[in-house]
Amino acid sequence: MKAEQTQYTPVIHVSPAPHLSSRDLTTRKMMRDVLLGLSPVVFMALYVFHWYAVKQLMICLLGCLAAEALFMKMRAKSATLNDYSAAVTGIILALSLPGAAPWYIGVIASVVAIGMGKVVFGGIGMNIFNPAMVGRAFVMIAFAGAMGAPGYEQIHATVDVITRATPMDAFKQTGAVASLDSLFWGLTNGSLGETSALACILGGLYLCVRRTASWQIPAGTVVTAAALAGIANLVHPESNWTALHHLLGGSLLFGAFFIATDPVTSPLTPKGKFIFGIGVGFFVMVLRLFSGYPEGVMFAVLLMNGVTPLINHWTIPRPLGAIP
Amino acid sequence: MRSKLQEFPGKGSFAHGVHPPGKKELAADVPIEVIPPPPRVILPLLQSAGAACIPKVKSKQQVLFGELVAEAQGFVSAPLHAPLSGIVQKSVVTTLPNGRHVRAIAIQAEGEQLQGQALWDEIFGGDWPKQGLQEFDPKRIAEAIARAGIVGLGGAAFPTHVKIMPNEKKTVDTIMINGCECEPYLTPDYRLMLEAAAPIITGALLAARATGARHIIIGIEDNKPKAIESMKRAAAGTGIKIAVVKTKYPQGSEKQLIQAVTNRTVPLGGLPLDVGVVVSNVATAAAVARAVLKGRPLTHRVVSVTGGGIVHPKNLLVPIGISLGELIDYCGGMTADAARMIAGGPMMGFAFHDLATPVTKGTSGLTILTHKEVEREQETTCIRCGRCVDVCPMNLVPTRLALAARHKNLDLIRKYSVMACFECGCCAYICPANIPLVQLVRTGKTMFLADRK
Repeated sequence: MKAEQTQYTPVIHVSPAPHLSSRDLTTRKMMRDVLLGLSPVVFMALYVFHWYAVKQLMICLLGCLAAEALFMKMRAKSATLNDYSAAVTGIILALSLPGAAPWYIGVIASVVAIGMGKVVFGGIGMNIFNPAMVGRAFVMIAFAGAMGAPGYEQIHATVDVITRATPMDAFKQTGAVASLDSLFWGLTNGSLGETSALACILGGLYLCVRRTASWQIPAGTVVTAAALAGIANLVHPESNWTALHHLLGGSLLFGAFFIATDPVTSPLTPKGKFIFGIGVGFFVMVLRLFSGYPEGVMFAVLLMNGVTPLINHWTIPRPLGAIP
Repeated sequence: MRSKLQEFPGKGSFAHGVHPPGKKELAADVPIEVIPPPPRVILPLLQSAGAACIPKVKSKQQVLFGELVAEAQGFVSAPLHAPLSGIVQKSVVTTLPNGRHVRAIAIQAEGEQLQGQALWDEIFGGDWPKQGLQEFDPKRIAEAIARAGIVGLGGAAFPTHVKIMPNEKKTVDTIMINGCECEPYLTPDYRLMLEAAAPIITGALLAARATGARHIIIGIEDNKPKAIESMKRAAAGTGIKIAVVKTKYPQGSEKQLIQAVTNRTVPLGGLPLDVGVVVSNVATAAAVARAVLKGRPLTHRVVSVTGGGIVHPKNLLVPIGISLGELIDYCGGMTADAARMIAGGPMMGFAFHDLATPVTKGTSGLTILTHKEVEREQETTCIRCGRCVDVCPMNLVPTRLALAARHKNLDLIRKYSVMACFECGCCAYICPANIPLVQLVRTGKTMFLADRK
């Protein structure tokens, strides 16, 4: 008690209202929440890909933290490692990469994610594009061989699933259809975080309930993707890749819940968030159905990130009592 | 959907808002105490919205309790009366908690003073009729209110006779008596509803008579069951309805209360009058009853002295003009970890530093917060999470307004309707990055007003 008293200086200070602030809500706590929400996905990645996942997660996590420390030092600013945002970027980046990708891919992606994705814009809160997706896009284009479909398949891998093609790719190339069961539980090949629909839904719902992620974004994305996939099914009833395959397969759920919901790069208002979600769902399906890539979540999110300022401009809410 | 309010078209709540810790338990169960008369009071000449008043007394002049000491200047202005008998001293300049320097009349107490139970009886005691108020002429009621110098006692301090009067241009169909008291910590209205329900009811009936309103509704938050019970009992047989609304900040804001109860939306930049409603605080209603029936002016008010930084939190009936320091002393002083003194509540109150600052008509309480209570994390960059948008009761985009104010971008300030903000503080309360959003919005308003001139 005494120690407590001496640490305060008996000074009365003034300050503008409000004099209270919600303590359970800080940027750091929100980021920590995202890490918690990601934990089922990380767990499934470790369960399915064993040390491939361990290696990729460590590389990206350490890569992002080191890059953040380095770049912030270069800008002569105090390092912002303790807000966990670099850690979130690192984990999401790792989970969006194939486990068997060579080590330098994770390193380069991390440096690009933090450097070109975030720090050049002025650090946390200032970036236009999702940093993890900037890093991933860079390595995907620069190392197309290691990151394309063959990058996922390692015939001699020690982990069983990696010896097979990813479900999305297998379908695109050969028309082979994965069972909904395996897509739901996540016992297939793919990027580390995308395989298990269940893990994404669990972690994602946690974030939505905690309101760390805005539910409007995943809702918009999933509903739109389901609707477009349903139409695609009606147009091509002979295809065995149903709307449910579209929802559970690939990184749609991982993207909808964890990537698109990045607050910095998504709109401010609930309406704007919903429009953003619809846009992501739309572009994912367009890319999946009509492009050469088996998957389109990354480009869809990056495209919609670019449109976000425009959405914000369109969706300025009408103040209470304003005449329409 | 949440259950709708019975008997009322509203939903019993408004869109958005926050739930700060209420902390009413600190002072809620402490009965109102009459503070002994102070040796000196200081009466600032500007205590209400509108114009300052003009002193009518000279130095060394003897004044009696309730005597007029300053006259209203213009229609939107309220006169001042001596809260005790004594001698007028040389006029002084005082700084109000909101930062304004105003001239003030100082009165040194002298002679016999009304105090204790006798003072309570003089103010809230006696008979408060619920019937037969039709004999009062509406115009006379408004005049009595104006003469008594009554202003809104909820905090905004708008002269009451401007609202409660016969209005030829706009019809008033509802008188809303505001007993929400959504501001955390503060409990004066709650105690008044328990201890002086009768004058509140009479005041409400008189206000309805003056404005010609057919409906009288008393709005109370659902975290005050005892007050609801007390008001229901007092209102029996009068036709006055009690609307129990959801406990949420800022439920006591008039636009939000009207929305919650009547489902009417006050137009942007408009007044409750535009939707046929006049809102008045419970303490104001009690003052109206006293002014009309007893012809007595507003000289005293009930305040809470509360917060973690005060030794004995209390509710007090105090003379207007008593210093805030005397209130603190009367409540046992401040604790060792007291960090901030606030005139009003913690969400919208003003921090002050001078213990000689006087209580004004609009001072609803004194909140002393500790280091722990005012603690906030360091400000970081906006991560555009949109929480401020989710809580703004006026449906604004606070983070954009703040950004626009920071960059002095008048176009953006205008586009995001800066003047619609009534500075409730929800955005700054919730902000995970601890950005001083309200302060920045105020800067934006200043820039907007400066540009219009």
